[in-house]
Amino acid sequence: MSQAPGEPGTPAGEPPAVEEDGLPAQRDEQPAAAQVVRRGMFGVQDTPDTSGYGLLQIHKRPPVSSEPPYGGYFDTIAQELGGALEADGLGFSDAIERVVVDRGEITFHVRRERLVAVCEKLLKEPALRFEIFGGVSGVHYPEDTGRELRAVYHLVSITHNRRLRLEVSAPDGDAHIPSVVSVYPSANWHERETWDFFGIIFDGHPALTRIEMPDDWRGHPQRKDYPLGGIPVEYRGTKVPPPEERRWYA
Amino acid sequence: MGIEEKLPSGVLLTSVEKVAGWARARSVWPATFGLACCAIELMMTGGPRHDLARFGMEKTGSTPREADLMIVAGRVSQKMAPVLRQIYDQMPEPKWVISMGVCASSGGMFNNYAIVQGVDHVVPVDIYLPGCPPRPEMLMDSIFKLHDKIMNMKLGADRQDEITELEEARLKLQPLHVTSAINEAGSEL
Amino acid sequence: MVRVTTHATPGATDADADAAQGRVYNVAGQDWDEVVAAGEEDRSENELIVVNMGPQHPSTHGVLRLILTLDGETVTDVRASIGYLHTGIEKNLEYRTWTQGTTFVTRADYLTPIFNEAAYCMAVERLLGIEDKLPERALIMRVLLLELNRVASHLGGIGPFGLELGATTIFLQAVRMRENVLDLFELITGLRMNHAFIRPGGVAQDMPAGGLEAVRDFLRKAPRLVHDLRTLIDANPVFKARTQGIAFLDLEGCMALGVTGPILRATGLPWDLRKSQPYLGYETYEFDVPTQETCDAYGRYLVRIEEIDQSLRIVQQCVDRLAERTMPNDPWLIQDAKIGWPARLSLGPDGLGPSPEHIAHIMGQSMEALIHHFKLVTEGFRVPAGQVYQAVESPKGELGCHVVSDGGTRPYRAHLRDPSFHHLQALAAMCEGGLLADVIPAIASIDPVIGGVDR
Repeated sequence: MSQAPGEPGTPAGEPPAVEEDGLPAQRDEQPAAAQVVRRGMFGVQDTPDTSGYGLLQIHKRPPVSSEPPYGGYFDTIAQELGGALEADGLGFSDAIERVVVDRGEITFHVRRERLVAVCEKLLKEPALRFEIFGGVSGVHYPEDTGRELRAVYHLVSITHNRRLRLEVSAPDGDAHIPSVVSVYPSANWHERETWDFFGIIFDGHPALTRIEMPDDWRGHPQRKDYPLGGIPVEYRGTKVPPPEERRWYA
Repeated sequence: MGIEEKLPSGVLLTSVEKVAGWARARSVWPATFGLACCAIELMMTGGPRHDLARFGMEKTGSTPREADLMIVAGRVSQKMAPVLRQIYDQMPEPKWVISMGVCASSGGMFNNYAIVQGVDHVVPVDIYLPGCPPRPEMLMDSIFKLHDKIMNMKLGADRQDEITELEEARLKLQPLHVTSAINEAGSEL
Repeated sequence: MVRVTTHATPGATDADADAAQGRVYNVAGQDWDEVVAAGEEDRSENELIVVNMGPQHPSTHGVLRLILTLDGETVTDVRASIGYLHTGIEKNLEYRTWTQGTTFVTRADYLTPIFNEAAYCMAVERLLGIEDKLPERALIMRVLLLELNRVASHLGGIGPFGLELGATTIFLQAVRMRENVLDLFELITGLRMNHAFIRPGGVAQDMPAGGLEAVRDFLRKAPRLVHDLRTLIDANPVFKARTQGIAFLDLEGCMALGVTGPILRATGLPWDLRKSQPYLGYETYEFDVPTQETCDAYGRYLVRIEEIDQSLRIVQQCVDRLAERTMPNDPWLIQDAKIGWPARLSLGPDGLGPSPEHIAHIMGQSMEALIHHFKLVTEGFRVPAGQVYQAVESPKGELGCHVVSDGGTRPYRAHLRDPSFHHLQALAAMCEGGLLADVIPAIASIDPVIGGVDR
């Protein structure tokens, strides 16, 4: 159910007349990095629905990339980070794929090879000083081929009272992301949890084992292709199917 | 267990049953098996307002070796289930189990891969206590029901007869009598 | 006394035999001094014992398993093994609507249910873009419940702290006060725990009749109760002996391990999200952030008990503000018909359900209202796609909720960054090198709630 790159019937280079949210599309949007978006009202996909509601797309796509100036302290972060990376010989766009500013938060999409370097700069540069590691969480986008598994890092700077998010993606077949334990020691358990639930292998982690599930569990439960695993609820002769098999409206 | 188990049926056994039941019910030591939210309500039941100590349950069997009652308070995850069974096995007879809360009784709201859908998959349960979490008063009510059960529990040869009777009664339970739809799913009532 | 080793194979040495069967001493009597001396000199390396403080333990704050390597009484290595309460809350959320998510999230850290709900609902509201449109009454009620929960959580931490040290009186006193707070919760939200009261868009119900009066009653009694507790604990020489200098983690350590909350405040740094990144109108309330300088378990206890006082101050301000609001229709849930839960509940002869006025409205007066009611109840509202991380200052530290939406009626991914999970990693730094008996106050000073750790 992810958005196809272009609206059908739009000639290239010309913005479509009206987007679903009433605004014309931006010229330079990178369609390949579109996030997962729902389409259709009432969740009709497979049934022979002739109402036409199934074709409606009713929600805005989230921004896939933002252009500077980002606003607030986000520009300072981006500039300082760019400067620090360049001082080390790594370009900003070499390390950061794109920047998204959405709903008051900034997300740097970092290339996985540069993750440790970026984290080191974020921790050690006096103008950045993101000391508090806010955790790694995984997200699985099965439709986003080539970028299915994402690890999302949140960092807090007490010195400057700032927040930011890093997002690293890895394809399903090659789910390796370098571990940031050498920079942020408290990433240890978070990375183990992300491995446990998503199967993302963190290279360089001292002890990447299961942490929440039993040690001999098979599978990575929070992936989208792993079932919820409920059983039917039986009561007085009736059976209610488990939550994953019940009727749902998108 | 003891000599009381070996007595033949009769007046002597009945009198011993009464005394033993009375003694056992008055001083049940719970094994602290608090897992999740229900454990907090269990703690509050031991607090000053709802005071479990009045019923002889203040001394918690922190080690299962000296506990009588295992109150499984909270959701039992797949990782915890073997531990639960081990603690249950470490408790000496006579022992009883109250499954406190819906998560312990049936899996509760967590109908998923991680939670055992009812601790009766792992240990035999005497009293099921619903609630999410059950109030301390509800827990005390379940303990009273358990006390009733303990006081009226028979010993030795009488106990065997009692077990057979209970099983037969359960098989004839209406209106939850086994229907074909449930038979297909393979569940037993 | 003769030291004997039997050689199983010819040519084997004493060392091999010792390794195979252990040292054997023949003791003839009246030679205990020799035995001890021989034992001392034969001990070439320290004998380390591995002890499992298993998941079922009266003192580990829940189902936490600790694998301790001991050299005598000294802990050389402590590893925490978690996952014994893993419930799959985050995955369950993906199969429920956004509003139903509150009931799951609330059971993660079960001592601070309102904080879980607040973090999740605030994240959802930011995704919806309505965080500025929440009714004022809802904000005040949220702050009221959050601060009451902070009091309850700290008491629920201090009570078991005493219990684990063996001081049951501390437990009983703390529980005595906590019962009063739970009474207030029951009056306002309907449940003592796991309330599911904060919903995206506001709170589920208005303050009941007599609610403000009950809170005021509690505020009158509370200082006396806290004073009693402090008299019992603060200067208690046994408590001090067991907690002063124990579980030391200074500012450098906290920064390295990313520790926030009372542990950080006990090092002297007054970092509190309510002050630095305020939410829900916290910038308009007057309160202080207590800190200590001692960086030990005793300092953390003092920070917590002083936070109880500050929370009571905030509760007083909330009550005053609610009492001032005398307008007739003061919404407690966002009025947007596409988001706010439609039914105004009331107690009827057959139980709790939508009020008769609401039913008359949707059935007789407004078709749109009926449609909205139907759609909201069956599928829930839709949240525009995107991701958001919302952090609140929970009693344990920074509690964050990372929510990803794909534009549908269900969360695509919701992750709780729980402070207890994060802080338990600091246990090794706090305990290694200390005594076995100091591990217990160390854990209790972190105050982990394993429901949050394992989710």
